[in-house]
Amino acid sequence: MNIIDRRLNPRGKSLANRQRFIRRARKEILDAVREASAKNGIADASGERVRIRSDSLREPSFRPSLHTGRRSYVLPGNHDYVEGDTIPRPSGGGGGGSEGSPDGDLQDSFQFVLSQDEFVDLFLEDLELPDMLRKQIRQADGFTPQRAGFSTSGTPANLNLVRTMRNSLSRRIALRRPSSSMLAKIEAEIASLPDDAENGQRRKELVEQLRLETLRSRRIPFIDPLDLRYNRFENVPRPAASAVMFCLMDVSGSMTAHMKDLAKRFYKLLYLFLSRRYRNVDIVFIRHTHVAHEVDEETFFHSTESGGTIVSTAFEEMLRIVNARYPRERWNIYAAQASDGDNMPADNAYAVSLLQQNILPLCQYFAYLEVGAEEGRYGGPTELWRAYQRIAQAGYPIAIRKVNHRSQIYPVFRQLFSRERAVREEQAR
Amino acid sequence: MSAVTEEARVRAGADWDFRQLQEAYDRIEAVALKELGLDIYPNQIEVITAEQMLDAYSSIGLPLMYRHWSFGKRFARDEALYRHGLRSLAYEIVINSNPCIVYIMEENTMVMQTLVMAHAAFGHNHFFKNNHLFQQWTDASGILNYMEFAKRYVARCEEKYGEAAVEKLLDAAHALMAQGVSRYPRRNLNLVDEEKREAERRAEQLRTYNDLWRTVPHQPGASRRRTDAAERRRLLGLPEENILYFLEKKAPLLKPWQREVLRIVRNLAQYFYPQKQTKLMNEGCATYVHYRIMNRLHEQGFLDEGAMLEFLHSHTNVVLQPDFDDRRYSGLNVYALGFAMMEDIARIAENPDDEDKIWFPEIAGAGDAMEVLREAWANYRDESFIRQFLSPRLIRKMKLFTVFDDGESDLLVKAIHNERGYRTIRSALADAFDVVKQEPEIEIVDADLDGDRKLLLEHRAHNGILLEPSDAELVLQHLADLWGYEVRLIEVDASSDRVLRTHEAGPSPR
Repeated sequence: MNIIDRRLNPRGKSLANRQRFIRRARKEILDAVREASAKNGIADASGERVRIRSDSLREPSFRPSLHTGRRSYVLPGNHDYVEGDTIPRPSGGGGGGSEGSPDGDLQDSFQFVLSQDEFVDLFLEDLELPDMLRKQIRQADGFTPQRAGFSTSGTPANLNLVRTMRNSLSRRIALRRPSSSMLAKIEAEIASLPDDAENGQRRKELVEQLRLETLRSRRIPFIDPLDLRYNRFENVPRPAASAVMFCLMDVSGSMTAHMKDLAKRFYKLLYLFLSRRYRNVDIVFIRHTHVAHEVDEETFFHSTESGGTIVSTAFEEMLRIVNARYPRERWNIYAAQASDGDNMPADNAYAVSLLQQNILPLCQYFAYLEVGAEEGRYGGPTELWRAYQRIAQAGYPIAIRKVNHRSQIYPVFRQLFSRERAVREEQAR
Repeated sequence: MSAVTEEARVRAGADWDFRQLQEAYDRIEAVALKELGLDIYPNQIEVITAEQMLDAYSSIGLPLMYRHWSFGKRFARDEALYRHGLRSLAYEIVINSNPCIVYIMEENTMVMQTLVMAHAAFGHNHFFKNNHLFQQWTDASGILNYMEFAKRYVARCEEKYGEAAVEKLLDAAHALMAQGVSRYPRRNLNLVDEEKREAERRAEQLRTYNDLWRTVPHQPGASRRRTDAAERRRLLGLPEENILYFLEKKAPLLKPWQREVLRIVRNLAQYFYPQKQTKLMNEGCATYVHYRIMNRLHEQGFLDEGAMLEFLHSHTNVVLQPDFDDRRYSGLNVYALGFAMMEDIARIAENPDDEDKIWFPEIAGAGDAMEVLREAWANYRDESFIRQFLSPRLIRKMKLFTVFDDGESDLLVKAIHNERGYRTIRSALADAFDVVKQEPEIEIVDADLDGDRKLLLEHRAHNGILLEPSDAELVLQHLADLWGYEVRLIEVDASSDRVLRTHEAGPSPR
């Protein structure tokens, strides 16, 4: 008899089956993911429970239909029935309940849990992102070298003196290499011996000893390549530091649910992107009509307010919060504004100057998303659009896009990525 | 066996360690082999985590399995149920292999591990080794190697012909899996040879291949004589109940690798078929064995009082049979009924009453209960076992009764636990455990290979029970895709030969 401990065997034995399963029900799972991401918060993408109904997951077999034919059942626990009694037919088919379809849940909806990676993958796929970009989002960018013990090889700059000398010392002691003080002592003794016949023998011994010890100290090096130890470093992928993401949104009556949904997707994508790069990501929601407030996520997406639209109020609120809580030296600041493009004409000049003078210098990146109805809306560019376009052309880090459908969200990011890549290349040079 | 030392004694709720596991195993073995006279394959006990248990669940209990999305689906569903606390996992899984592999969960307490080893490593193991169905239909020493071959073979096919093609084929094969079983023995099964046979078939094909045949011109106007229907059916070996076997041998358009994959699925179906037929006996045997062993260990002092209570608590949960009108009722519990029957047989053998002497003259008072039981475990399956051994006393104890449902009017109580009812109940219960009667009877009856190549199947409907139509259509579509030509399934009333329903399907466009 053998007892074998299998607990440490590699995990994820059924991964290949799982991938095949997800591919099989891709369409249904995508729908479920879409629904889940609309329902859940921007920041929680972990382990989504999804429920799907799928014909492609059905495993048919020849099985007896429960609604036809005559059957006998044997049941336990008779109380007072006698032969020939009749029992009213229980509602819902089956007789006496002894027949349950063994795998009858196939027709019903099917519930399971997606891992976070799978969820993000599918979410990104839903936005129709190209593969390469998906990979970039998933990867943590940048590495920190982290101490990882010692090694026997390395660059001279990484030589660890303490370790090396300790090894050298122990080797010297073990091989009994004479120390310089010991040699000096012998020399001193030779020198101190009076030069007469009585001491001739002793002197000879000492000279011989000195010769051997000197030879020994020459043969056994003070530092041997064996002793060398270098500090070893490992590159650990590192999300940079902390980032704060400001979500600004116009919540006046003209923003429809569809527009808000687009905005939410955009925020979620930005969040995913940031959370892969930074260790902490804070999200600040600022909604505005003719006044602006910081609110929680629920209120942000789900309540409407009436009133005019004054964009500058949101910028002022954002500046106030940055000054109060997010000092520029410690935080990477990202901002994303979603609006249908309306603004009070009188406010435009002030809003633009506020953006240009105060906001953009603070931000790593500012995205403006002009959301429209699904069928698209024709008409000239809006006031806000025209104003932002001028800023963008002046070379400020701002991306502006019009979005009518969720597949159009991704191009906003392309600009961000190309910019980052350019900066990295510059630094590399 | 040496006396129980204080630190070796098993206490309630205590964690296990490997040393104690070994000690428990040795003590169980001594009881099982010497006192109960069990005959087992060597055991291999593997300790696994909950996730690995879920893995094992999803691949129908086998440690090796080819890849298919349905196993992923099963895993996802079981995992969701488990994570949300809707279902707990089994304490063990045991595989009919030689050596016999027993998975035990790391979460179990020491008492549970002892119980599980007695139950699976000795009870089930003895049953696998000795029951005639398993001996005849499964090859315990070959199954693991064969599954390894199957896994490799399917993976190679995926590489060569694409995952989509293999998936489609496996979908179809799985749909027909229940019809991939031969019920009557043809030859001794040897799974080790299976792999060799595959290689030989391929070598033969390569050896006899000659490109010249392609160039031989057809004789104009020479059409083959049409054989008459009866002769044709004889040549094809029809009627044939094993649809997968028929397709593997006779389907005109399948490629050799497709035939091999069908064969793999068919061999799997055949491997599991005895388990389907012996659920009641297998669990009854294992439960009876663990009950005897645990009690003996308690007498020896290896299990202390608390441990014994923990065991009894879990044992009574396992053999609980709620009444039919109880909310917990979900059919007859095979553990409960099986265990009760084993105990009953032991009682009849050791101290029978007058009724037993009339009903069971062969075994009443035979003396050695284990000898009678071992004999029964070896030579019966659920259906014949019930027909032979279900006693009036047990029918009274469980208050069994039969109910007839004609599908329309109120249910009729046909028999209850009284003198007039025993035989009816016994026979009805035996039928309920008869796989042949519970599964639809479907056969291939004709295939017109010289004509339009239409495949004709017949479902003989007993008691007017038809096939679930939506499922039947889907399976038939799979069948048509494998066969390559049109397929027709007629449902015929078994008593009057009247055609009740017809399904048809043609191959999907390629």
